[in-house]
Amino acid sequence: MTIRQSAVVFAWLLLVPALLYVLVIVAYPLADTINLSFTNASLRQTYDWIGFDNYRNIFKRGFSDVIVRTLVWTFFSVGLKMVIGTFGAVMLNAAVPGRTMFRVLTMPPWIVPMAIGIFMWGWMYNGQFGMISGLLQRFGVIDGPMPFLAYGTTAFWATIITDVWIGVPMVTIYLLAAIQSIPRDLYEAAWADGAGRFYRFRRITLPLIVPALITMSIISLISTFNSFDIIWILTQGGPSGQTTTMIIDTYRTAIGSYKFGEGAARAVLICIFLSVFCYAYFRLISRYSGATMR
Amino acid sequence: MKSNAMIDRYRWYEVIGIYAGVLLFLTFVLAPFVEGFLVSLKPLTYLFSSPYKFWPQNASFDAYFTMWERVPLLGRYIFNSILISTVGTIIGVILITPAAYAFARFDFRGRGPLLGAFLAVNMFSGAVLLIPLYRLMRSFGLLNTYFAMIVPGVAFVIPTGIWLLRTYMLRIPQELEEAALADGASRFYTFRRVILPLAMPGISVVAIYAFLTIYAQQFIYALTFNSKTEYMPLPVGLYAFFGRQDVIWNELMAASFLGVLPVFVVFIYLQRYLVAGMTAGALKT
Repeated sequence: MTIRQSAVVFAWLLLVPALLYVLVIVAYPLADTINLSFTNASLRQTYDWIGFDNYRNIFKRGFSDVIVRTLVWTFFSVGLKMVIGTFGAVMLNAAVPGRTMFRVLTMPPWIVPMAIGIFMWGWMYNGQFGMISGLLQRFGVIDGPMPFLAYGTTAFWATIITDVWIGVPMVTIYLLAAIQSIPRDLYEAAWADGAGRFYRFRRITLPLIVPALITMSIISLISTFNSFDIIWILTQGGPSGQTTTMIIDTYRTAIGSYKFGEGAARAVLICIFLSVFCYAYFRLISRYSGATMR
Repeated sequence: MKSNAMIDRYRWYEVIGIYAGVLLFLTFVLAPFVEGFLVSLKPLTYLFSSPYKFWPQNASFDAYFTMWERVPLLGRYIFNSILISTVGTIIGVILITPAAYAFARFDFRGRGPLLGAFLAVNMFSGAVLLIPLYRLMRSFGLLNTYFAMIVPGVAFVIPTGIWLLRTYMLRIPQELEEAALADGASRFYTFRRVILPLAMPGISVVAIYAFLTIYAQQFIYALTFNSKTEYMPLPVGLYAFFGRQDVIWNELMAASFLGVLPVFVVFIYLQRYLVAGMTAGALKT
């Protein structure tokens, strides 16, 4: 065996444990999901191949509404994360006393167990005693108690806000790092030419953090599309299905009523959406870096 | 140098604007924690009273004591949460470290696509793969054990872990290994005695990342794969405060803060490394 060959063998030995683990816990279940989606699997030991029946059935049961709702939910959540994250990053980048502390204070929603943060929001949305309803009444915005999670529209937005809250710290810190990696001389040159602060933001900062914004959008897109805990804890998909996203619907079908086959078909659709997002991302990022960086 | 200082000088109204912006931003980020903490101080009778009062009347830390009586297993839930995250972190680091080294240092056919395949795992979540995972756990006989809650979570920290540590290892000068190999050390010895000590800061970042992620995301696995009360981690155990009639909110919030404490301790000590590691790893994309 040559030195080169032995190096290759050693590299594969290093890789095997992680590779095996991911194959068993992710790749096999993925293949199994596709397989199950063509069967009528349930808690029984045996199941039959039923072709595309599951796929036909899920569209009969208003799944198109669920898909549209999921896309709208995801779009607003990711959009708000980017807007608030950019705002936060610009604020935290300003050279004012206390900024180190402000940056640390941004992190808690990210690191706290999601379920615990969501329980806190559950209380905030409480109509009778919660903070948001209470303060809005105090300032006369609303007349009576407002139970945000009891009505479709407000529950929809409440779950979005909570998802934004969990995602914003990571977006902010990442965009802050992107802003800080912009060469200072660009700002100094523009400043020397008399460009104002807002102009410098619009013409230097914003264009140069576009790759970071694309990357963060796709990461947020994936995690928001997969988001389960928030809706499950706050509304369980209610009231009357108004916050039921694809993930929630899949969970209800598969784990709630043990229709593994039908649930798997829904999960396959989720995976198709996710693949499309990732494909779009790679196209975007390669086009962008091809155009400007090289 | 002079211009450097000038560009960072703000007019007084700009300073006010910045602080107002920071305040607005941090209010959104921190409001649930402030409110949650104040709720944990409010006695239940004052809590369920209209109109809404921001500051607690008759504030007390009673809830932090009475919660142990109402939910006797609370300590166990917190212990379970920490146990699940700790074991998951150890398994994760053992799997991630060698793989990251292989990607950082060795040139083998299929390296790029394989790294891409690992990163593609990030696309999926436990929630999407829940059905086959449930069947897998059932056939391994792992349902209603700690392992049912540990094993799936680890798989989803591997990709990012490999990415972060690979980035870190790329910065370690290659000459050190070459010198060790030239002295006749085996590859495994070089990995264990030269690389591991040098990569320790990077491994720590990965360990913190894994611990925090698994601690944050154990809810769905615990909800689905475990029904034994004594194995429940805190996020699911907190449902014990949801009574038939009312939710005991003040004790729920007190217990939540207690559950957040281990994470904060880890975080406060290590946030500097974590932020640096996460952003350095991410920006190299």
